[in-house]
Amino acid sequence: MFKTNKNSLSTGKKAFRVADLIVILVIIALFIIADLFLPSYDIKAKILQKGAVFALIAVSMNLLNGFTGLFSLGQAGFMLLGAYTYAIFTIPTLENRVAVYKYYTTTAADGTVRGGLVQFALPIGIAIVLAGLVAAVFAFLIGLPILRLKSDYLAIATLGFAEIVRAICQWKGLGTLTNGSNQLRMYPYFKSILPYFLISFGCIALIALLINSTYGRAFKAIRDDEVAAEAMGINLAKHKMISFVISSFFAGVGGALFAMYQNTIQAKPFTTTLTYEILLIVVIGGIGSISGSIIASFLYISCSEWWLRFLDTDTVIPGVTRNGFRLVVFSVVIMIIVLFFRRGIMGDREFSTKRIYDWAKNLGKKTKGAGK
Amino acid sequence: MNITIDHILAGISIGGQYALIGIGYTMVYGILRLINFAHGDLFMIAGLIMVYASASLPFYISIPLVLIATVILGILIEKTAYKPLRSAPRMSVMISAIGVSYLLQNLALYITGGLPQVYPSIPWISNSVSIFGSTTKIVTLITPVIVIVLVVVLVLLIHKTKMGMAMRAVSKDFETSQLMGVKINNVIMYTFIIGSFLAAVGSLLYFSNYQSVIPTSGAMPGLKAFVAAVFGGIGSVPGVVVGAFIIGICENLIKSSTELSIFSDAFTFALLIVILCVKPTGLFGEKTQDKV
Amino acid sequence: MNNVLRLENITMQFGGVVAVDNFSMEVNEGEIVALIGPNGAGKTTAFNAITGVYEPTNGAIYFHDKLIIENYPKGKMKKLYAGSNRGKYTKSVVKTPDKITKLGMARTFQNIRLFKSMTVFENVITAKHLRRKSNLLTATLHLNFAEEKRMRRETMELLKLVGLEDVKDSMATSLPYGMQRKLEIARALATEPTLLLLDEPAAGMNPQETIELTEFINFIRKEFDLTILLIEHHMNLVMDISDRVYVIDFGKEIAQGVPAEVQANQKVIDAYLGASEEDE
Repeated sequence: MFKTNKNSLSTGKKAFRVADLIVILVIIALFIIADLFLPSYDIKAKILQKGAVFALIAVSMNLLNGFTGLFSLGQAGFMLLGAYTYAIFTIPTLENRVAVYKYYTTTAADGTVRGGLVQFALPIGIAIVLAGLVAAVFAFLIGLPILRLKSDYLAIATLGFAEIVRAICQWKGLGTLTNGSNQLRMYPYFKSILPYFLISFGCIALIALLINSTYGRAFKAIRDDEVAAEAMGINLAKHKMISFVISSFFAGVGGALFAMYQNTIQAKPFTTTLTYEILLIVVIGGIGSISGSIIASFLYISCSEWWLRFLDTDTVIPGVTRNGFRLVVFSVVIMIIVLFFRRGIMGDREFSTKRIYDWAKNLGKKTKGAGK
Repeated sequence: MNITIDHILAGISIGGQYALIGIGYTMVYGILRLINFAHGDLFMIAGLIMVYASASLPFYISIPLVLIATVILGILIEKTAYKPLRSAPRMSVMISAIGVSYLLQNLALYITGGLPQVYPSIPWISNSVSIFGSTTKIVTLITPVIVIVLVVVLVLLIHKTKMGMAMRAVSKDFETSQLMGVKINNVIMYTFIIGSFLAAVGSLLYFSNYQSVIPTSGAMPGLKAFVAAVFGGIGSVPGVVVGAFIIGICENLIKSSTELSIFSDAFTFALLIVILCVKPTGLFGEKTQDKV
Repeated sequence: MNNVLRLENITMQFGGVVAVDNFSMEVNEGEIVALIGPNGAGKTTAFNAITGVYEPTNGAIYFHDKLIIENYPKGKMKKLYAGSNRGKYTKSVVKTPDKITKLGMARTFQNIRLFKSMTVFENVITAKHLRRKSNLLTATLHLNFAEEKRMRRETMELLKLVGLEDVKDSMATSLPYGMQRKLEIARALATEPTLLLLDEPAAGMNPQETIELTEFINFIRKEFDLTILLIEHHMNLVMDISDRVYVIDFGKEIAQGVPAEVQANQKVIDAYLGASEEDE
């Protein structure tokens, strides 16, 4: 008949839904096994950690850009806010603080030296949530004036906002809070893979639940046709703000996880290039596909940290392959995807075992016919 | 704040350079509704070409070479990365522009090996001169002059030539212009030629002053030039020039203060957000109503 | 008879162009009223002013006797304003389209605006979001299963009533044109309106489809207890179905009355003469 949408779970047969569940359990099991058997300095462990962090950030960006259609380039700014919030509020002892904030110490009347403004430490869990909340609050404030802008202008405004945040975090004037342009370090971080995985995928699950709710439908309506959505009773300003704030909350949480992954953080590397990389991950995975963003994130991190490293060594093609060649190849591949595979790996559909089965079945049919 | 003549001259000079880059942005946006994120990196590549060309060629060859090469590269980018996506949703083209920007930066990183490249001193314009009690390079003084001359030529071109009229028509209504027989591909190519040429000139002036080229040299000037374009009214050439000078001067005034100097970049973005909230069409922009 | 919609001296001016000129209109409960006129007469602009998409330059609009829009020329428009009743409206009350839909006014569009990435079912259930009782938290955590169930049930009932339940999982844009129009109307009905605005529902339809549409509109009027205001070019549809007709040209009303009166009105005939009327 007419083209159907194979997304709706109601069309999947029961056997396939069980198969989907098994796939998820297998993935969880793999992570647990990796956690138990890989030493934490192993490159594979690092990739699993970083992949999980970027998966969350990519999904948060996809929520905003892919599902609601708001072209925002401010992700790096919200990551930065989350990362700094986490680091600032978890440095454990006062001696540590003096060491970290060594250019911003104050000496009290009785001779005690205080490092920086914040003199207490929050438990990790609370700090992570706070990281998200701080990012969310900023998102709310900046969203009020800029969310009604047209897509191109929204992109530049959010990009500008991220740059402003980056400048503020490096400002000497706030040095007692942010440590100015110096690193923040000595804060607690997870050494194993599992915590990153659990937090990241837990958040992704929440985002998935949101997208599959009636609010998610409202977001998609805004993406498809704003005018029609408004005519059907969907308040544009309110729903855009909800999407923006939630996306930024999880970008903040992702930022906190990123801070933990790096062990030390500074504001300087949170440039627009970082946002571009996340955007490219989203595009590669498929705008509008959560599973696509997850898959693309792990692929991207694997390639940039591990697999294609040989392209940076002198031995492969002497004179051509040297430091930096990997990134060039990478950029070309991305351009090819952007130009010829615009829908990315998953398009706007989600991973499902039923689709793999159908695809394999079709392949089988074709070869059978050819064999006759 | 210690405002000195130095700062004001520097501000005017950098403002002029931003204007040259910004014209490329504003013209491309006016015609294609595309924010050419790669334009700033094209500017940086022009700088690199000069570094390598002047290593083995005399200046009277390397300077024209830079101009021609940059224009060719600009046209090439348009034909490979933007033209195929002309009928695609706007987000796709912008993502493509971001991809090109990423590619250019990585290419530069690969070619230079990550080391800052020293820009050659072009004779005469790199010489120091004393004016109003401060020492500066000649390039700082001639930049505004060159900018104004080029802008006047450009405005004449847009208003007095057939191609200029075609460009104005296309920026008002893309589809109708096509129906009226305007050769869109030529108009677009012409726009990119002008934009790339001006960016190359801008790079000659800019790097003669700053003398060091790194892969990210184009990112910030590019963004600021774009803000100038938005501030002045996207699509308006006089607008971007006015905006660029304002940004250049304010930026240097802020730099003169030691506590607030980190905000010299952020100021531009704060200005952007303010103008987008107060008058999104910019100083010289026109209001358009969307048809439902 | 209750008054559902009332326009008073609505003027819609864009710069120097007066698209709607001092237009007044009344629609009463249960009526089907048609707004007709040559192309470019200002009909869709009037619709857009009624539904809050445009802010009228001047005039007032009452829905169920409550003021929903009232405006007067401001700023640059004050100088350019071509109308004569500038001082009459002094407040400024403009509701956004979503609020107007919430009050009970739903519309379709001249160029069908379906949600392209969604199926038929999803298009309609999205319109149910407006009448939700759950909040963000309960919806996200899927604690609102009773409400989700209700929305799904109501959507299925609606699709069955309009005859689209067989294609409920098809992509909305893959349907034939006539069914897409039906879907757009069904989606508008999902917002539980009391007044339905149809912008050229028969555009692009052949005579057979137009007859089916006429029956359909009569059917939904009865079934959902609706009042209907429609813009149309197909004279057969208009004359068959309308209780009253308003005719505008160049933004001004040139005639109003029952279909028979309007058809015989010389001014109306003159307005349409010269403009080639394609009976599709």
